[in-house]
Amino acid sequence: MFYREAGQFKTSYEADGQILPIRQDRIALFATLAVALLVLPFVASPYMLKAIFTPFLIFALAALGLNILTGYAGQLSLGTAAFMAVGAFAAYNFMLRIPGIPLLLAFVLGGLCAAMVGIAFGLPSLRIRGFYLAASTLATQFFVVWCLTKIGWLTNYSSSGVITAQSMEILGYRFDSAARVYVLVLGVVAVMALLAKNMIRSNVGRSWMAVRDMDMAAEVIGIRLMRTKLLAFAVSSFYCGVAGALYAYAYLGTVEPEAYNLDLSFRILFMIIIGGVGSVLGSFLGAAFIVLLPVVLNIVAHGLALPTTVASNLELMVFGALIIFFLIVEPHGLARLWQIGKEKLRLWPFPH
Amino acid sequence: MDINFFAEVLIGGLLSGVMYALVAIGFVLIYKASGVFNFAQGAMVFFAALTCVGFMDKFGFSLWLAIPATIVAMVILGLAIERVVLRPLVNQPEIALFMATIGLAFFIEGLAQLIWGSQVHKLDIPIEDVPSEFLMEKFNIIVSKFDLTAAAICGVMVAVLAVMFAKTKVGRALRAVADDHQAAQAVGIPLQRIWGILWAVAGMVALVAGLLWGARNGVQFALTFIALKALPVLILGGFTSVPGAIVGGLIIGASEKLAEVYIGPHVGGGIEGWFPYVLALMFLLVRPEGLFGEKIIRRI
Repeated sequence: MFYREAGQFKTSYEADGQILPIRQDRIALFATLAVALLVLPFVASPYMLKAIFTPFLIFALAALGLNILTGYAGQLSLGTAAFMAVGAFAAYNFMLRIPGIPLLLAFVLGGLCAAMVGIAFGLPSLRIRGFYLAASTLATQFFVVWCLTKIGWLTNYSSSGVITAQSMEILGYRFDSAARVYVLVLGVVAVMALLAKNMIRSNVGRSWMAVRDMDMAAEVIGIRLMRTKLLAFAVSSFYCGVAGALYAYAYLGTVEPEAYNLDLSFRILFMIIIGGVGSVLGSFLGAAFIVLLPVVLNIVAHGLALPTTVASNLELMVFGALIIFFLIVEPHGLARLWQIGKEKLRLWPFPH
Repeated sequence: MDINFFAEVLIGGLLSGVMYALVAIGFVLIYKASGVFNFAQGAMVFFAALTCVGFMDKFGFSLWLAIPATIVAMVILGLAIERVVLRPLVNQPEIALFMATIGLAFFIEGLAQLIWGSQVHKLDIPIEDVPSEFLMEKFNIIVSKFDLTAAAICGVMVAVLAVMFAKTKVGRALRAVADDHQAAQAVGIPLQRIWGILWAVAGMVALVAGLLWGARNGVQFALTFIALKALPVLILGGFTSVPGAIVGGLIIGASEKLAEVYIGPHVGGGIEGWFPYVLALMFLLVRPEGLFGEKIIRRI
C-alpha cells in the first residue's frame, strides 16, 4: 500500500546523491512546506500560530543547532541558551545602533557574534572531552547571562536588562501580525534547515561524524581536529544565535537575559534526545514534541481538575520519565521510530 | 589589606567549600563506581532534605526518628533507580546514562514536591549557627560553629568512604565495575546488587548534604542548584577522586569568596555564579583530568 522506489532509475551521480532520492518523499516534503506556507497562516487561529507553530519552528532551529554540535560532532553542550542569548542581544544591538540595517542582516550578524562566542568557549574542547566538557559548557551559560545582566551597554541601560525587540520590517513590509511573523520564521528556518542538511552530507559533516565516533582515529586519517571541532562549535552557535534572535523578535517581544537560562538549554537538549540525536528530522520532531507536551498535559490536568501546583510537578515528572523512557526504549528518538515505521510500511501487508 | 578580614573571608570560603565538597562526594561516588555522571545528585539532596523535613512536619517525627526514616526512603529510591533506570541502560554509552540522569533529576524534583509540597521549610538541627568563642578569643576571627561541624562531618565521611573503596570487598567490586561493566560481570561481580548498594550510599550522602544545606538555607527548591555549585568542584578535583572532591571544594570555595570580595566590586558583583566554572575551565586546559583524576589513556 505504501510507496517504494521501484521504477525510479538514477542515470547521473547528481540524481543519485539527492537529499531525498525517492520521488514520493520529495513530493511529501514540498506538500508539507506548501501547507505550512500557504494554508496554515490562513487557516490556523492567531493564537495557534503565535503560541504553537512559531515557537515550534524557533525551537526546532535551536535544536538543529545543538544537534549539529552534539549529534553530529559529538560534543555535549549544556550552554545552548547562552548562544541563543548572544544572538538575540547582538541582533538587538545591531538594530539599535546601526539605523536602517536590514532585519535579516542583523539576524545574521547576531548569529555570527554567537558563532564567535561559540568558538571562544569551544576552545577547551580541544583539550577536554566528555563530562568535563559538558560541565565546562555550563561556564558559558552562567558567564553570558551574567555579562548581559551586568554590562548595561548591551541592553541599552534598560532597567534589569529587559529589552524590547524592535518591530520587524523587510523592504518596507511590516511583520506585525501573527501570520506574517510565522511566515518569516518559517522562511528562515526552512532555508537554514536545508543548508544544515547539505552541510551534514558534505565533507564537513562527514568529518564531524568521524570526530564524534572517535576523535583520535579521525585525526589519524587526516582530519584536522581543531578546525573540525571549532567549526562545529561555530556553526552550531550560529544556528542557536539566529534561533535566539527569532525567539526574542518573533516570539517573546520583550526579553530579559534570564529568559535564556539553564532550563532553556535543558529543554533544547531534551528535544534532541527525544527527537533523535544526529538527525535533522529529529530536531523538528523533538521540538514539536516538547512544545506540544505541556499543552497536552495542561489540557489533561484541566480535564482532571488538578490544582496547578500538582499539575506543574506532574509535568516535571512526566518530562523526566519520558526522557528516561526514550533513552531506554529508543535511544535514537522519534526520528528512528519514523524510519522504522516507514520500513514496516514498505512491505505491508506482507511480513517479508 | 586587613589580614584578619582576609583570613575570615578565606576561612569562610574554605568552609563553604566543604559544603560543596559534601555534594561533590555524592557525584564522585557514583561516577567512580559506575561511570555514570549523576546529574540527579542535586535533586537527591533536595529529595532527602524535603523527605526528612516532611516526616518531621507532617508526621510529627523527631529529628532522630526522621533521619532513619529518610535513610530508608533514600535506600528505596536508590534501589528503584537502579531497577528502573540503570538496569535497562547497562552497556549504553556514558553520554546516554548522563542524559538519563538529567531526566531523573526532573522526575525526582517533581516527585519530591508532589509528595511534600513546594513551600520553603525550616529545618532545625541541634547545631548552633553562632561564632565559635574559642577562635574568636584566640585569633579574633569569626567562624561559625555550624561550619566547623559541617567540616568535621565531611571529614569523617571522606575517611569512611576512602576506607570503603580501598579496603572492603564491596569497594573493590565498585572499582571493578567502574572500569568496565562487562568485564566486571564476566568475573562474577553482581552488577545489579553493587549498583543498588552504591545508589543507596549516594542517597545517604545526599541526606547528609541535604540536612546541612537545608539547615543553613532552608529546605527549598533552590537546593537542587547546589548540584551546579558542585560541578566545578568536580572538574577541578577530578571525577574519580574522593580526596579530589575535598581539595577541589576547598579551592573553589576559597577562591570564589575571595574573588567575590576582592574582584567582585570592580566588575559589578555577582560573579560567584560563574567564577568557579571559569577557574575550573582554566585549570582543565592545563590538566584535562582534574587534580586527582585518573590519567586518561586513550587507545584507538
